[in-house]
Amino acid sequence: MNIYVLVKRTFDTEEKIVISGGAIQEDGAEFIINPYDEYAIEEAIKVRDSEGGTVTVITVGNDESEKQLRTALAMGADQAVLINAEDAEDLDQFSVATILAAHLKEQDVDLIFAGNVAIDGGSGQIGPRLAELLDINYVTTITGFELNGRDVKIVRDVEGDSEEITTSLPLLVTAQQGLNEPRYPSLPGIMKAKKKPLEELELDDLDLDEDDVEPKIKTVEVFLAPEKQAGRVLEGEIRDQARELISLLRSEAKVI
Amino acid sequence: MSKKVVVLAEAREGALRNVSFEAISAAKKISDGGEVVAALFGQDVSGLANSLFEYGADRVVLVEHPHLNFYTADGYSQALLAVVEQEKPEAIVLGHTALGKDLSPKVASRLQTGLISDVTSIEGEGDDAKFIRPIYSGKAFEKVEAASEPLFVTVRPNNIEPLEVEAGKTGTVDTLSVDITNLRTVVENVIRKATDGVDLSEAKVIVSGGRGVKSEEGFAPLKELANLLGGAVGASRGACDAEYCDYSLQIGQTGKVVTPDLYIAVGISGAIQHLAGMSNSKIIVAINKDPEANIFKVADYGIVGDLFEVMPLLIEEVKALKASV
Repeated sequence: MNIYVLVKRTFDTEEKIVISGGAIQEDGAEFIINPYDEYAIEEAIKVRDSEGGTVTVITVGNDESEKQLRTALAMGADQAVLINAEDAEDLDQFSVATILAAHLKEQDVDLIFAGNVAIDGGSGQIGPRLAELLDINYVTTITGFELNGRDVKIVRDVEGDSEEITTSLPLLVTAQQGLNEPRYPSLPGIMKAKKKPLEELELDDLDLDEDDVEPKIKTVEVFLAPEKQAGRVLEGEIRDQARELISLLRSEAKVI
Repeated sequence: MSKKVVVLAEAREGALRNVSFEAISAAKKISDGGEVVAALFGQDVSGLANSLFEYGADRVVLVEHPHLNFYTADGYSQALLAVVEQEKPEAIVLGHTALGKDLSPKVASRLQTGLISDVTSIEGEGDDAKFIRPIYSGKAFEKVEAASEPLFVTVRPNNIEPLEVEAGKTGTVDTLSVDITNLRTVVENVIRKATDGVDLSEAKVIVSGGRGVKSEEGFAPLKELANLLGGAVGASRGACDAEYCDYSLQIGQTGKVVTPDLYIAVGISGAIQHLAGMSNSKIIVAINKDPEANIFKVADYGIVGDLFEVMPLLIEEVKALKASV
């Protein structure tokens, strides 16, 4: 069983966003594995442990992304692929999916796990786009996964409802919160991870040039949400506050 | 230059979702006077065409097939690609719903075009249209333009105003027959657990609970208030981790990002991850016994007090208000 996991290096959720010179400042920020990708890694490890095979974590990133890949290896993935696209500017979802597909088309792939969305860009496109490029089936936002030979039973979160789905390999699935409880890397895991294979590739190695990955959408501006002003804290007897609040929501805010 | 725009209308339990009307409104803006064509998929759904016209669609293309009764990416992509093939639109608009999120990247990939997803507002019209979308779960925004054709956009529910209804407006319904084959997934069963049909991402009012709610039972008054206001119940990560409620209700940087008209945060301290998921709500109310809680920094109205004392009073007041109107 050849299992791949798509991983993205993202800002820590604790980070405040600072914009200067029209770009988001990364200096000094903490980076993590995109939280949804952790569910994907955990599920991949579980499937490998019961079915056998190899878990390969793969990312399109830069030199810094090695740290997140090593963390995934420390959790229990077997090997890693870092596609260094530092030289290409402004990749969009089309570009990243194209890069991943260029590598994965040459591999024997049974199963791909990914997070359903990255908490930075928030587009949720890479999984389905990649599946389409590889011409394999996909199921997004899964909360349950059960493999029986080549047959797969999936529970999918659809805006709070659960769909029970059957399908088969080869398959790409994207993880939703609730799929599992991702493990923390153990100390021996961290030691072992340092020696696990990590292959680094560049676009040239994939026979891609910059034209092939030219973005199809362009960001023209990045800006912060307008700072929300703190409002009124009501005073007086709790009963009177409750009455005043409902009255304000009705006549001032006009939302009820 | 005016554009022809295709909108995929989305029905849920036999009724069109609001986001479909919002998508038509977005399409009008993009079309800059061009034709807005609503695509409608399913079985025995032609009756829904009228409201699409009333909300601004110029024409409806109907694709009816037993395989379109339930959403699958394979079935719906075949139908949508057939509509695109026939209509050759310059732009495509879908709702950024579970369906839209799942379907649009596949179709965009097939059309070898970009996809501007989760759009919350549109600046300019026609060729000049620029699209605003949240990044970092709403901590920041980006303004995006297309660099490929067709333009492909998904719009976040509850953010773009639908057009004013033109009662009685009608138009042509074209039927397109599509051969839908080779479905690789089978939906065996759907278990509904969303609260009373009001979906979090589309709810106008959300009553959300945090660790302060203390238990699963503690959510009962929140549910009651949400029901009275026609809204939905949400939760913070803390409440979900403590198993007071299901993860599907979680609002925040992991979880759902919501923008209702009214967000009532009950017993939620306001961690940065939670604020990312809700601070773009139009009106925020905070109820918390800790006057220093972070949530008050983003709240329009706050009550410092014990939620178990405050909630029953609010329910009483809303009931009194409803009785008086």
